[in-house]
Amino acid sequence: MARAHDNRQGWGLVAPALIWTTAFFVVPFLMMLALSFAKMEGRSVVTGFFPDNYIRIFTEPSLLRGLVVSLEITVTVTVISMVLAYPLAWIIAFRVPERWQRLVLILTILPFWTSYVVRSYSWLLVLGQNGVINKTLMTLGVISEPISMSASRFATVTGFVHFFVMLLTLTIYANLKELSPNYARAAQDLGAGRLATFRHVILPLTLPGLMTGAFLTLVLCIGDYITPQILGGNNELTLPQLIMMQLGRRGDFPMASAMAVVLMGIVTLAYLFSARWLRIDRL
Amino acid sequence: MTRAFAWIYLAVALGFIFLPVGMLVLFSFQDGRLPVPPFNGPSLRWYADVLGDRRLMSALGNSLIVAAVSSAIALLLGFLAAQALARYRLPGTLLMRVVLIAPFTVSYLIIALGLLTLYNRTGIGLSLWTAGVGHVVINLPLCFAILYAAIGDHHRNAERAARDLGASEVKVLALVTAPMLMPSMLAAFFLSFTFSWDEFIIAFLLTRFDVTLPVEIWSLLRSGLTPRANAVGSLVFLVSVSLLLLLELTVFRKVRR
Repeated sequence: MARAHDNRQGWGLVAPALIWTTAFFVVPFLMMLALSFAKMEGRSVVTGFFPDNYIRIFTEPSLLRGLVVSLEITVTVTVISMVLAYPLAWIIAFRVPERWQRLVLILTILPFWTSYVVRSYSWLLVLGQNGVINKTLMTLGVISEPISMSASRFATVTGFVHFFVMLLTLTIYANLKELSPNYARAAQDLGAGRLATFRHVILPLTLPGLMTGAFLTLVLCIGDYITPQILGGNNELTLPQLIMMQLGRRGDFPMASAMAVVLMGIVTLAYLFSARWLRIDRL
Repeated sequence: MTRAFAWIYLAVALGFIFLPVGMLVLFSFQDGRLPVPPFNGPSLRWYADVLGDRRLMSALGNSLIVAAVSSAIALLLGFLAAQALARYRLPGTLLMRVVLIAPFTVSYLIIALGLLTLYNRTGIGLSLWTAGVGHVVINLPLCFAILYAAIGDHHRNAERAARDLGASEVKVLALVTAPMLMPSMLAAFFLSFTFSWDEFIIAFLLTRFDVTLPVEIWSLLRSGLTPRANAVGSLVFLVSVSLLLLLELTVFRKVRR
């Protein structure tokens, strides 16, 4: 066997993808990391190894606030989405007749494919001052003045939860269908009630899927700019909004880079925390 | 969980999920200046308005081109890499898998910022293609993962047979492996396509004069609530759903048989 020859072919096949990922992902990231240690003097960038940007992120109240707001929103969204999606996936997997399941599942995730930019906008139609909810409640005479719901954290969270309930329902459903019904049967034969079966058998078995879904939610939620920008109003800004502000109005690339590195750090920490449940390679 | 409660929960959940998209589509037919109740119509004037808008239409064309080209590149690179890691015993296979999958776990915003830094440093001017490069970066892990999971032992036997019959390595890949993986290839391509053509932040930061549709829609949204945004949004939704239905009816139906 010409083993060396074979391997050369293998390297040739994998090389283009590796080169692309290195040139346009790894190297740019390292350049951004280097830039995050530079600082601005006037309108020009002074390269070097200054920790100034990082010190500012963790000490300046307006910047630190962005970090806290991002974390709060992400955790709220992840928890609410999981709590809402789990029963939905359960019902589709075990209550909806087998032949209708695929149809119901497709329906459940259909709005997932609305344009990403337009999805948040469409919540404005529902939650806005003149939106459907306010108009309906006023016509019914429940309220006399419109309630303000848009331009708030409530609106941001609603927009996010809407998106992630769809995503999580899909992953949890796949997880539940993988389970053999024998586990539940065995638990019940051994005298476990329905609740005990769920708590001690079903939930632990679906934990890897849940954690993968939660991690995906965290990555997508904490890095999102559009949803808080359209729905959140100006009272509080998230980390991605602050990053875009540095790029736009201030032209402070080093600061934007440092904030992006912090964002990446949070995701990495979350990954390390949940790594033993995650099966990223199986996604 | 009692049966009645289950059905009520399902109905309420579907209501919540469809509420915004329902309003989006309904008020795209609004005969008036604001997409809010009361509903007057139906009228197709906003669709006519959108389809006659040259900026939106050229952005649409840009989006389709960028999506098609970047998905094709991502698919090709992902296919070759999956084949290499599944077939050959290369040292460092695990590390290579991690590197190839890594962009999947990173926010698009960070990928965009990194590329922006690279382009600034090297003096590369921003264009549709600088954004397209970013779209390949985000879709390559997806294509790689889908195809890596799809390659199995029965493929290996068919490839061996082809080689024994004298086929060159390129011929084996193009005429044996690729056709056998066709359902997964199509799935990877169309998923990449929908991700790319709907992607905002990379396209927003890495394009300049020619922009893609999501970026153009974004500037449209800045003027507040307007039925034009509803009409564009409904059209984008229609296209994405049609693509998926096509995929479901052709590719996945065959796979399950």
